[in-house]
Amino acid sequence: MTAPTGTHRTDASAPPSAGAPTPEAASSTTATDPAISAAALALGDDALVLSHRLGEWAGHAPVLEEEVALANIALDLLGQARILLSQVGDEDELAYLREERAFRNLQLVEQPGGDFAHTIARQLYFSTYQALLYAELARTEGPFTALAAKAVKEVDYHRDHAEQWTLRLGDGTVESHTRMQRAVDALWRYTGEMFQPIDGITATHGINWTALQELWDTSIGETLRGATLTVPETPRSDGWTAGGGRQGLHTEPFGRMLAEMQHLHRSHPGATW
Amino acid sequence: MTESTDWPLWEVFVRSRRGLSHTHAGSLHAPDAQMALRNARDLYTRRNEGVSLWVVPSTAITASSPDEKDSFFEPAGDKPYRHPTFYEIPEGVKHL
Amino acid sequence: MATVTAQDRTTAFDAAVAADERIEPRDWMPDAYRATLVRQIAQHAHSEIIGMQPEANWITRAPSLRRKAILIAKVQDEAGHGLYLYSAAETLGTGRDELLDKLHSGRQKYSSIFNYPTLTWADVGAIGWLVDGAAITNQVPLCRCSYGPYARAMVRICKEESFHQRQGYESLLALSRGTPAQHAMAQDAVNRWWWPSLMMFGPPDDESAHSAQSMAWKIKRHSNDELRQRFVDICVPQAETLGLTLPDPELKWNEDRGHYDFGPIDWTEFREVLKGNGPCNEQRITQRRRAHDEGAWVREAAAAYAAKHNTADDTARPAHHTARPTEQHTAQATAGPAADTAPLHGEATA
Repeated sequence: MTAPTGTHRTDASAPPSAGAPTPEAASSTTATDPAISAAALALGDDALVLSHRLGEWAGHAPVLEEEVALANIALDLLGQARILLSQVGDEDELAYLREERAFRNLQLVEQPGGDFAHTIARQLYFSTYQALLYAELARTEGPFTALAAKAVKEVDYHRDHAEQWTLRLGDGTVESHTRMQRAVDALWRYTGEMFQPIDGITATHGINWTALQELWDTSIGETLRGATLTVPETPRSDGWTAGGGRQGLHTEPFGRMLAEMQHLHRSHPGATW
Repeated sequence: MTESTDWPLWEVFVRSRRGLSHTHAGSLHAPDAQMALRNARDLYTRRNEGVSLWVVPSTAITASSPDEKDSFFEPAGDKPYRHPTFYEIPEGVKHL
Repeated sequence: MATVTAQDRTTAFDAAVAADERIEPRDWMPDAYRATLVRQIAQHAHSEIIGMQPEANWITRAPSLRRKAILIAKVQDEAGHGLYLYSAAETLGTGRDELLDKLHSGRQKYSSIFNYPTLTWADVGAIGWLVDGAAITNQVPLCRCSYGPYARAMVRICKEESFHQRQGYESLLALSRGTPAQHAMAQDAVNRWWWPSLMMFGPPDDESAHSAQSMAWKIKRHSNDELRQRFVDICVPQAETLGLTLPDPELKWNEDRGHYDFGPIDWTEFREVLKGNGPCNEQRITQRRRAHDEGAWVREAAAAYAAKHNTADDTARPAHHTARPTEQHTAQATAGPAADTAPLHGEATA
């Protein structure tokens, strides 16, 4: 039997393109400012958790073409997560060894997939937010400019995918309309949280979160109305609505998701894979 | 046999890089042209294979029949004067 | 045009195959050739999509983000390969829905290997190394299969799959050289996947029902036993580098044959799994059927939307990615290769 050597992982693959940040070569840019680290963690956790949720669809998608599409989106997000987490520390330690309360993702992205309509509603809400935010990050000079410039192209496609499906489910059959409206309504309460300012971003990129929310409202309103759906009017901030993911307060399904995601890694402390 | 909800078949053409023409890559199913284009992007260009895509409903294509192969294509075979190698040019003549 | 007799056609077909020319969809072909191809391509396509399940089983538990990305990409490829193959079958006049229906109702098979469970993370590595390795050994000759669309699909698949086997090997190597617990996990996985992988090449040549005809038609290029031997010969040194043992005490180099000898395969197990009595037959088909059934409303919705918004670009929002051909020579460009599929499909569904 071969003695355990504990050698470190070596990546044989060369980065696909020079210049743009890649998951395989990102650790050189570890951030030191705590506010910027916290911001990287917030954005990175969003991408990490949503990619995990999308990965749950593998082998379950409604049509084969959609297996390929959902996996593409999951891979884009996972790539973004790896770059962002690597700015803060070791990507695997952060993903696999943090407790639930240390995660900074939005509650929206941790919501279980539900039916395809729930997945599309979650994608629509999040990718619209991410597309608008990353466009701003790419446009302004700051710690996330390079990442956002690359990611915004991916995210625009995610948004388009979600919009196309929202149209088809909303304006498809009676059943699909009912399901889509239900999903849009159910996830609405998780959307207010997206516009809570992230300090490390506000301070460096000067993002106007109120303006961001207005753009989001306009875009989502157009898409939903175009899909013959009703824009929910229930509250989505303050009071008893959701929100707290950025402070490490999550919903019950998230703990179970982490238990599954982290179990194997935690069972072999110090192992390399 | 086929249900009404079956998505139609589309033929996919990919331009692998600028300067080249689109070539047939394969086919896929999609409910409409917009989704066909997106499915084609996901399926046929996920390894960086393309810079431009066409999708065409398979039913829109008219093909020559193998039975007509001889009458269609063979008559072109005995017309070598269409090719430059048919002509003899004296040694040393340039730019021809 | 001169009348073409059935005899002429058979002669022309046989001559084309003998001359290593490709048969294309609209060419005349014997019914049995068509049926054999549909059966084989369908089984191959089904194997790709059922084969997603045992590996997808570990996506949500992958132990590092790098491994997770690799695994998602690999499972995604399998869906893509299923799609290429269903398209190839479609050129023979059999639609994907019909084939899926046959899979769901148990009238068509998929590779029995996927009826074994993935019990630990190391199984993902073992599948990559052994199962994909066996599949590649089987598939590389299919790139020269006499039927054009199948051969072309296989070229694409083989090119894309080259990473599948390597990632599996790399993953197993990391485990084998890792902690004692990881090493044991890797050895256990290889112990469980070795024999089923050898069975992937099918029954021995003297019992193989379809082999002789398929080889005459050049759908198949090498016999089951030939390919199995080739695979064993490749794996033995690879296992040594891995630091793992192949679970066969009779495995040893035979100087005279120039090959490794190996122990007898338990064909009873093979036949039982084939009959549906494997550990996961029921589970795999149930999940596939459920995904299909639960997705019905989505497919119906998209079809209904397309029917309402009939013209190609009549979507409610301007699309970001519309790439309409603007060149004037569209017709010329399309007249060629697409001839493969379209008219035939039209005939088949008419």
